[in-house]
Parts: sequence; structure tokens; C-alpha cells
Amino acid sequence: MAQSTAEQLPHHAPDGDGHAHDAAHAEHPFLAHHFDTPKHQFESGKLGIWLFLVTEVLFFGGLFCAYAIYRSLHPEIFVYAHYYLDTFWGAVNTGVLIVSSLTAAWAVRNAQLGEQKKLITNIIVTIALACCFLCVKYVEYSHKFHEHILPGRHFNPTHEAWELESYKKTHGEHAGAHGEEATAHDAAGDTHAAPAEAAPAAPGAPDAQGATAEAKKPPPGALARPRHVSVFFSIYFFMTGLHGVHVVAGIITWLWILRRAVRGEFGPQYFGAVDYAALYWHLVDLIWIYLFPLLYLIH
Amino acid sequence: MADHENSHATPQSGPELSASHHDEIAHVTPVRLLLGVWGALMVLTVITVAVTTIDFGPRVNLVIAMAIATIKAGLVVTYFMHLRWDRPFNTLVFLGSLLFVSLFISMTLFDKSEYEPDIDEMYLLKGQ
Repeated sequence: MAQSTAEQLPHHAPDGDGHAHDAAHAEHPFLAHHFDTPKHQFESGKLGIWLFLVTEVLFFGGLFCAYAIYRSLHPEIFVYAHYYLDTFWGAVNTGVLIVSSLTAAWAVRNAQLGEQKKLITNIIVTIALACCFLCVKYVEYSHKFHEHILPGRHFNPTHEAWELESYKKTHGEHAGAHGEEATAHDAAGDTHAAPAEAAPAAPGAPDAQGATAEAKKPPPGALARPRHVSVFFSIYFFMTGLHGVHVVAGIITWLWILRRAVRGEFGPQYFGAVDYAALYWHLVDLIWIYLFPLLYLIH
Repeated sequence: MADHENSHATPQSGPELSASHHDEIAHVTPVRLLLGVWGALMVLTVITVAVTTIDFGPRVNLVIAMAIATIKAGLVVTYFMHLRWDRPFNTLVFLGSLLFVSLFISMTLFDKSEYEPDIDEMYLLKGQ
């Protein structure tokens, strides 16, 4: 390395002759034999990962298409079903992924500058945040499994939407507890509810704790369950599930990158793998950026 | 940003010696820019949640949510995924995927109501 002259170095002779080519390979242990220079290798790999990301976008595109069709045909299903999702946890997970995107982008910078310790720290933080995302998803999923909020014919919810806290919150805090109060609340705060989905007015019904799984009749004025609400949950579980699989794949990728980083394999001349893992990770974040408003923030 | 240090630094030569050059392998994103983009993404997330409490009608609310998501996606793609400093061909490749996804979705949406009358008729016959 030290004995190499400037003329032999790849960045000074990008189109190098055979001699410079050999020297470049002798100097860079991670330069594959079919690339002339580290830059050549980096840019080829980068194009490759972008092509892969294109296939990922098209892959998710199918599910976004299904979403677009069902939502445009049956908006009432989406309005009804979104009360079953917790915006708080969705927002938390959005924040978690954005922070992990930051640490991933930072790790690339660390690798480029040869900041070994910071690189390892940022990779570990990224992995920890990815695990955090999955933990939140686990809490959400297990709650839904428990309440039988499942896709297709397995959809048999313990509570109707008008019995849920999220519904009562937007339709008056004490909706249903006292008939008159609920109606009063409704009249005061019902700026955004469609006429058909006013707060439940029948006393007693919503706070029935020992609710059975059979479809219950909504109290007068409450949002009745439309046909095929389960379609929403098919879409929800498929979209978030496929995204979750990508998060798991991301964790595995980062663990591999971490191992290589600990071995000191990355530096200013070779950091492609870190960059490609980060690009993939940003795409996972990107998809969630769209999933969050589409699934959790339905109005 | 990148100081003009000795560009022949070996990979393991420590942070001081290994600052990257602009014309070297790739652009190094400054920390301030990374933090700025991150801050903007967090603020936009808060805004997109806050906006749902205001009613502009279902269509406008959806458009606002999608517009904010697209701004966020733009920030991620431009800075975190550094397309801004990449070869433009990579941007072209990525935009190509968006073009085909939008073609896919819009063409399918043209056709979406085609079978709706049949479905309604079926439910009518089943007496539901």
C-alpha cells in the first residue's frame, strides 16, 4: 500500500492500463476482479440495488392497487374499520422508522469516513429500532388476534366499531353512557361525522362488558357495520405483514453488515455494502410513510 | 465538508486521514443535513396526524395526507438515499418504477366499477 506510487492508483488513472489494474486489485482486497476501480465497483453495485428497489416498488404496487380499488369502491368499509386501528402506535412506529433511517444514513457516512466506532454504534441503533418497530407491531397484531379482528371469514370482532374508545373519542367522550348527554355532545362536536354515523344514543349498549361475538345491532344513529369489513383487514394484514417481512429481512441484512463492520472491512475505499443496506432500509421506511396515513389516518 | 486530505489513505487509516473527496467514490452527506432532513420528517409526521383532526371532507383530507407523505418520501429519496448526488440514471430508474406503478393503478381504477352491477344483483338475489 505504502509503496504504491500515485500513478498506479485507480482514482488517478480511472481507465487504467493492465498494470494499474493489477495494482488496484492488490491494494483493495474487496475489489472484485471484474471491476477496474473501487468507484466502478461501487456504482455498479448501486445500480444493481436500485434495480432491486424498483422490483420492490412494483411488488408493493400490487397491494397499493388493491387498496385503491377497494377504498374507491367502498369508502364506508375503510371509515368503519379504521376505528379498530390505534393511531398512536402507528405514529410511534412512523417515528421509530424515521429515526432508524437517520441512523442508517449516518452509518453510510461513518463508513465513508472510516469512523469505525460510530459506524458500529449507528448500525446497532438501527437494528435496535427495527426490533422496536416489530415489538409495536407484535402488540398491535396480538391485540387484533385476541379480539378476532382478522381477515376474511375469520373476522368476528369482540366489539363493534361504535363500542370502541377511538369511536367514542371522535363522537363525544361519554357517548352511549347517558343517552341525552351523548346526543348533546354530538350536536356540539359533530363537525366531521357524516349524518349516518352520529354517536350511539341508546343507553347501556356500548358499555356491555360481557359482549358476545355475534354481530350486534347498533344503537340508533350509530355507525352500522357495512358488508365485508373483513376486506379491510385482509388488506391491512397483507400490507403491514409484507412490510413486516421486509423489516425482518432488514434486520438480518444489518446483522450481516454489523459483523463485517466489526471485522473492520469497511472504509473510504469500500463501503458499498453499508450503502446498499441503507438504501434498502430507506425503501422500507418509504413504504411505511405511505402505509401509515393510508391505514391509520382514514378520515 | 470533505477536507482535501491525502486521498491515498488506506481504508483503516482513521477518521482524520480518510476524508472523502467530492470526485472520489461518492458524496459524503454532512451531519447537519442528515439531522435537518430527519427533523423535517418528524415535523411532517406530527402535521399529518394533526391534520386528521380537522375536517376538510374525506377527499381533501386524503389528498393532504398523500401530499405530506409524498413530500416526506421526496426528502428520504433525495437526501437519505442521496439521489441528489448520484448519477442521474439511478433517479431515472427509480422514477420509472413510479411511472409503471401509477400506470398500473390508474388503468385498474378505470375498470373498477365494471362488475359492480353484477355484484349488487347477486346480493339482491341472495336477499341480503
